[in-house]
Amino acid sequence: MAVQDEQKVSFQIEGRSYQGIREESLLGALRRYGYEVPSLCYHEAVSPYGACRLCLVEVQKGKRRKLTTSCNYPVLEGIEVFLDTEKVVSTRKMVLQLLLAQAPEARSVRELAEEYGVTDTPFKKDEGNACISCGLCARVCKEIVGADAIGFAGRGLGKRMVSPYDETNQACIGCAACVVVCPTDCIGLKEENGIRSIERWHRDLPMKNCKVCERPFAPTFQLNHFADQIGVEKSHFDTCPNCR
Amino acid sequence: MDSQKLETILDKHDRQPAALLAILQDIQEEENYLPKEDVQQVAKALSISLARVYSLATFFSSFSLEPRGKHICTVCMGTACHVRGAPKLVDHIRREFDVPETGTTKDLNLTLETVNCVGACALGPLLILDQEYHSNMTPAKLDRVLKPIKQD
Repeated sequence: MAVQDEQKVSFQIEGRSYQGIREESLLGALRRYGYEVPSLCYHEAVSPYGACRLCLVEVQKGKRRKLTTSCNYPVLEGIEVFLDTEKVVSTRKMVLQLLLAQAPEARSVRELAEEYGVTDTPFKKDEGNACISCGLCARVCKEIVGADAIGFAGRGLGKRMVSPYDETNQACIGCAACVVVCPTDCIGLKEENGIRSIERWHRDLPMKNCKVCERPFAPTFQLNHFADQIGVEKSHFDTCPNCR
Repeated sequence: MDSQKLETILDKHDRQPAALLAILQDIQEEENYLPKEDVQQVAKALSISLARVYSLATFFSSFSLEPRGKHICTVCMGTACHVRGAPKLVDHIRREFDVPETGTTKDLNLTLETVNCVGACALGPLLILDQEYHSNMTPAKLDRVLKPIKQD
């Protein structure tokens, strides 16, 4: 996509000058220019949410310098960005301690924490939990899949990602995009005896067998939904992607 | 809620998705809680996903997804009321009315709730019974206030 000149802005990262697109995600720009910034809840395909608080940077805008999450900070003319300053690193360590307490079962959190030398947390652990309540699954479900089948329930400490009423929601097409995108692998997918189960959303859907290789490849419900969406015959999805 | 009533509420708000919160409040006003069928119906009528309506309904503690009692008793547990003995009031009501964890008695007579501050600290401990405020509460005074409800 060609970017019009008036949308381009110049800004600085660690003292170097760069051109960015006005109001794009700062984290997206940082990664495009090869800077490494950790994050769990960011995905370039969906809107940023600033939930995991790991993509912290310091941004100087005029005279003010502040700590901010870069995923939901817009690239603006003249800003100066500083990565891994003492303040950023110490705050990020604290965030990791909090995430360790919130989701002690999350391997990705433990690994990232270890990189920063954080091995334990002084906060009370939510034992057995692997979900960091970042909402990436729900954003993908809404913005990409268009199903909008899951969402947060409650708030504060009791905030949980659930399907409404914590029961089967007919809006869920069983595509498992949530499972793929989850940064802590906490949703879980099972495919057994031709049934795809996403236990967390209480969704069990029979799968269609490929006409050619006869192996089950996707839930019939999902394939019919896609066929309706793009306006093709249901038989369009009789064969799996490998045999097509 | 019968569908006629729900239609009236929806029409009152022009079926605007932006009025979702007001619609839920109106339903709760009528039913004392948010029945699942109505929540589903509202989502459908406003073309909002059930997940979003459910998120909103669970976000605000003033909404209840479970049936609530005929009478609603709210005890203020803000700092001022707390130090003046609000927890004792809660204990007292729980004992007297046999209120389970969910806050509503089995016979749906009374729902006991706590709030963090109602902004009348000088009058604490405060108790709000069916929207009527009772100030400087003591367990003895409480018995007098709750007597009509117990007989109800």
